[in-house]
Amino acid sequence: MQIIDYIFSAWFFPVLRVSAPLMFAALGGLWCERSGVIQIGLEGFMNVGAFAAACVALSTHNPWLGWLAGMAAGLVLASIYGVSVIRFKSNQIVAGMAINILAIGIPPSFSVWLFESTSSTPQLPVEATFSVAPLWILLVVVVLSAWFFSNGAWGLRMIFAGEHPEALESSGVSVTWKRWQGVWIAGILAGCAGATLSLYLSSSYSRSMSAGRGFIALAALILGRWRPIPTVFACLLFGVTEILQTRLQGVVIWGTEPVPVQWIQMLPYAITIFVLAGFVGRAKAPKALGTSSAN
Amino acid sequence: MTNGFRSSMLISLRMSLRNIAKTFLGIGTGLALGLLVAWFAGESPFHVLKILLTSAFGSSYSFGMTLFYAVPLIFTGIAVAIPYRAGLFNIGAEGQLTIGSICSVLFCVAFPDLGTPWAIPLAAIAAFAGGALWGGLVGWLKARRGSHEVITTIMLNFIGAALASYIALYWIKDPMTQDVESIRIAPQYFLKAWNFLEGAPIGWVVAFAVLACLVLDWVLHFGSFGYSLKAVGSNERASELAGIRKEKIWIQSMALGGGFAGLVGLVTVLGHAHRYKIGLSADFGFMGIAVALVARGRILNVLWSALLFAALQKGAGDLEIETDTLTRDLVYWIQGLIILGVAAESMWDGLFHFIRKVIHQIRRGRATS
Repeated sequence: MQIIDYIFSAWFFPVLRVSAPLMFAALGGLWCERSGVIQIGLEGFMNVGAFAAACVALSTHNPWLGWLAGMAAGLVLASIYGVSVIRFKSNQIVAGMAINILAIGIPPSFSVWLFESTSSTPQLPVEATFSVAPLWILLVVVVLSAWFFSNGAWGLRMIFAGEHPEALESSGVSVTWKRWQGVWIAGILAGCAGATLSLYLSSSYSRSMSAGRGFIALAALILGRWRPIPTVFACLLFGVTEILQTRLQGVVIWGTEPVPVQWIQMLPYAITIFVLAGFVGRAKAPKALGTSSAN
Repeated sequence: MTNGFRSSMLISLRMSLRNIAKTFLGIGTGLALGLLVAWFAGESPFHVLKILLTSAFGSSYSFGMTLFYAVPLIFTGIAVAIPYRAGLFNIGAEGQLTIGSICSVLFCVAFPDLGTPWAIPLAAIAAFAGGALWGGLVGWLKARRGSHEVITTIMLNFIGAALASYIALYWIKDPMTQDVESIRIAPQYFLKAWNFLEGAPIGWVVAFAVLACLVLDWVLHFGSFGYSLKAVGSNERASELAGIRKEKIWIQSMALGGGFAGLVGLVTVLGHAHRYKIGLSADFGFMGIAVALVARGRILNVLWSALLFAALQKGAGDLEIETDTLTRDLVYWIQGLIILGVAAESMWDGLFHFIRKVIHQIRRGRATS
């Protein structure tokens, strides 16, 4: 029995905790990329979402309002991205990078005005943070994503917007509208991911809190080959490597020296390159990914 | 024949005028929106603009610091622009410059007694080679394994940062500090700064960067390599029929670009820090994307585009001192908004179309009345 206890308390829950933001962001990115829009702005949405969630939770002492604020912030930034790439047909990679740069600047500009500090928000009181609720929300998101992916017209149309936009258009469904939905879902879910960071994994916002997690989420969704359930497992894998990083500090595996942390840090990225290079079966992107809308 | 030639020249002139107009509209809009944010924060936009300008160009030292930011941006701008001409997106300049920097430090530490005429050029070659390897790897993965370069470059940025930290910590660690810092390089590797810049750590490498731009621009315009790049970038199928192997061009352009990103180590390592440490690069690799975009992939334009972004970066530092409510983070707003403004091609096309329609209507109105 002890071994089961150990697995749950030392591995299962910590891994689930650190993978939760990755899963939110990756599933958001998945729907966006499935609809045909490249999404490298997840990092920026998360960062701004985390900040907004922390601010509102701090002033209202209500984590749920903070959560909503995180979603709203992600949605607003995603709308800017959407106007740029869908309405004005900007290059999606360039616009995504612009959003990420913009998102570095937004939180400190507001936090210097609100808290007179550019580095972090004050600590949140316990009643303003979550203890377990984000995991339940995550479960709902995962189940809905998986269900819509293989059942129902909505998911099928989203996928068609990214595979055969002309076919979808000729069946009378607006590709533009589908892509807007994809971008908004990415913004909302990445906002949730940010809120998870500041209200669940820690209890304040600190500068550039997403720390590359948006890019890891992107890697996870490619590793999961743009499918919900494999993507969830890819996020769990990256969660394991994140936990490994802390567990293997100073641990000797072979020889006399402890394993360098840097090798474990490289692991998720190296795995992604390997998978992408087709050494473990090839990943196939949606066919019309990155092309401007068909109309 | 001549008539056709002349009209085609006219069309291309009109196109490039149009592109220039679009670029300036994009920069202007981004800057205006950024200053609007400053205005919301309670500062006069003109005051902010004045702070930015004096901070970037106000004194020899300020201008020197602007150049200190501009030269890395020229290198990373080239690193993005060359593959861009071949239709590739190099998001990986950050990783390439990190590997280039650590390679130059490794070389300097490995040969501490090298004489003066060879020391600096060989260290520069080491930096170039490191970046070229890291960039070429991306090209190779795309050519041989079909992996998309945007994802591999993002991944290699993270791997490069971790690898450089590992090398600095385990191979050439400075025993005097707890941080991730390598030992100092020998003094004959130091790049001399220009005296008239009053202490700004930048010197002849400025001339080298400008020269590199001029030569590259000329080569890419008139050489066969430049032609192949453009052919692959504009029409893969047609270039293949013309006998150009796109795989080769992908690897070559990424390696060449990565090499130039590696040269950032000249400024940050040989010119300034004299060692490897975390935070040598002020996001030069990512800013290089913005620089290349505003330059529309033309190497010559990288020069002034890099100067613009460097001026913003330098100007940002004084915002905190000179105003009550703004911090240097305002510059991230301005930079992001400028990129969005320049990238929104079809917005400006729509605007031009609208203006032409209005002019047309006015003329017709005059003709009928």
